[in-house]
Amino acid sequence: MTDAGLTPAPGSFPCPFCGPRDEAEFRYGGDPDVARPGPGSSDEDWARYLYVRENRRGLVREYWVHAQGCGLWLIAERDTVTHLIQSVREATP
Amino acid sequence: MSPPSIGEKPRYSALRLFLEGLRGQKGWGPAWRSPEPKRRYDAIIIGGGGHGLSAAYHLARDHGLTDVLVIEKAWLGGGNTGRNTTIIRSNYFNRASQAVYDASLKLYEGLSRELNYNIMFSQRGSIELAHSAAEMEGLRRVVNAMQVNGIEASLLTRDEVLDMVPLLDPRRDCRWPVAGAMIQRRAGVARHDAVAWGYARAADGMGVDIVQNCAVSGFRIEGGRVTGVETPFGLIEAKVFGMAVAGASPELAALAGFRLPLLCMTLQAMVSEPLKPCLDQVVASTPNGAYVSQSDKGELVIGGGLEHLPSFARRGGLAKTREVVASVVEMFPSFSTLKLMRQWGGTVDTSPDNSPILGPSPVPNLFLNCGWGTGGFKAIPIGGKLLAHLMATGRHHPLSEPFGLERFATGRLIDEAHAGVAHD
Repeated sequence: MTDAGLTPAPGSFPCPFCGPRDEAEFRYGGDPDVARPGPGSSDEDWARYLYVRENRRGLVREYWVHAQGCGLWLIAERDTVTHLIQSVREATP
Repeated sequence: MSPPSIGEKPRYSALRLFLEGLRGQKGWGPAWRSPEPKRRYDAIIIGGGGHGLSAAYHLARDHGLTDVLVIEKAWLGGGNTGRNTTIIRSNYFNRASQAVYDASLKLYEGLSRELNYNIMFSQRGSIELAHSAAEMEGLRRVVNAMQVNGIEASLLTRDEVLDMVPLLDPRRDCRWPVAGAMIQRRAGVARHDAVAWGYARAADGMGVDIVQNCAVSGFRIEGGRVTGVETPFGLIEAKVFGMAVAGASPELAALAGFRLPLLCMTLQAMVSEPLKPCLDQVVASTPNGAYVSQSDKGELVIGGGLEHLPSFARRGGLAKTREVVASVVEMFPSFSTLKLMRQWGGTVDTSPDNSPILGPSPVPNLFLNCGWGTGGFKAIPIGGKLLAHLMATGRHHPLSEPFGLERFATGRLIDEAHAGVAHD
C-alpha cells in the first residue's frame, strides 16, 4: 500500500490502513535501514547497529507505528525540516 | 573567587557606569571585535554558542592558547543557548554526571565576577515534585545518591512544599496531588544571552577571534587529520579543532566523514504574559511533564518534554504546547487565566543514555562536545572547560573521561534517562 504525494492536514498522519489520523496516535520507530550485524561482529558494529540512526536535514526513511490505532508498522519518507510526508507504506519483512 | 579574566577589556563597574552616564554613554566600545579571520590559527572552535565560547575562554585562560578562532554560522548564542529555559542544577543520579554538572554549577556561582559580566545567576532553588509514595521513594533514591557524593539536596514533605509554593493545587484528589518533593537549593536560573556574551567578551579580550555568519561547509582532511575548514572566507587552517554545535553535530560529523549516535529532536519552551512575583523557585513535575519558573521580567518560563519525532525544524508543534500548558495548569490552577506571549523551539541532540559526548572524534585532532540533548545550558562552563582541556592537551580531563564516544561500544553507558522532564 502506498500513499505517495499525500499532503496531510497539519497534525495528521496518513495511515495506509486507517486513512489520515491524528499524529499523536503514531510513534516514531527508528531507522529502517540499519542491518543487524552477524555473529562474530565487532563491538563497534554492534554499537552502530544499536545507537547510530539516520539523522539529517531533509527527506529520510523512518519506521513509524500506528501505536494507538491499527498497530501497523509503517515505513514513511518524511522531511525532517518541513515535517511533510512524501510517502507511507506498510513495512513488510 | 578568582579575579576577572577579561584580558584587555575595560572593566565594567558601578563607577564606570556613573562616569559613562556623565559622558553620554559614548565610551563603552563593542564588547567584542568582528575581525576578518586569518588564514591560520592554532585552534578553531566550530560553534559560537555557550559551549564553544566557554571553550575559547578556557583555552585562553587555562592553557594560554590565544591564537584561537570561534566560527559561528549564525549569531552568538542564537541556537540552544538562547532558546532554553535557563535552569542550572546538578541533581543527577550517576556519580560521573553529578561530578560534571556540579562542577558546572560551582563555576556558575563565580561566573559573574570571573567574567566581569552580570549573568544574573539567581540561586532560587529547584523543586522536583512527587505525586505518590512510590514517586517519593524515587526522589529519596536520587537525594541519597547526591548526598553520598557530597552534593546538596534534600526532601520536602507535602506541607513544606505547599508552604513554599502556595499556588500549587493543594487538593488531594486532583490528578497530580502533591505528595512531597526534592529540592536543590543551590540550583537556579541565569540570563542565557549574558552567559554567551560574557564568555565572548572575555575570550575576545584575551585575543580570541570570533567570527559570526560564517558556516563551515567542509573539512580538509589530510593523512587522517583535519588540516582546515572550508568557510565563506575560504580555507582556514589550524592544528586542532573542536566542535560544539549541538543540533548541527550530525551534519558536521558527516562533513568530517563519521557518524554520531545522536537523534535530533525539537524541544519547545514558552513564556506567559508578565506577572508580579508569584513563584519563587523552579518547580518541575517529571510525571506530569512540565516545569515552570518566573523570569526577572515576571513572565512564567515554561518547558516540557521533547516532541515525539526527529526534527531539525526549530519550531514546536501545537499538540505539545497544549500538553505542556495543560500540565502547568494542572499544577497551578490559577495560571489558567494567563495568556502565552511567545512559544519557540530548538533542535536538541539527544544521545542514547541522555549523557553528553565529550572526547576525541574518529578524526584524531577534532574533538567533540555534543549530545547534551535537552540539558546543555547548565553545563556551559564545564563543557567549555573540558573541551578546551581536550583540545590543548589531547587528553581527557578526569571529569570527561567517562563521557567518550567509545562508551557506546564498551557498554559503559551513563544512563540519565530520568534526569527530569527534559533536563531543561
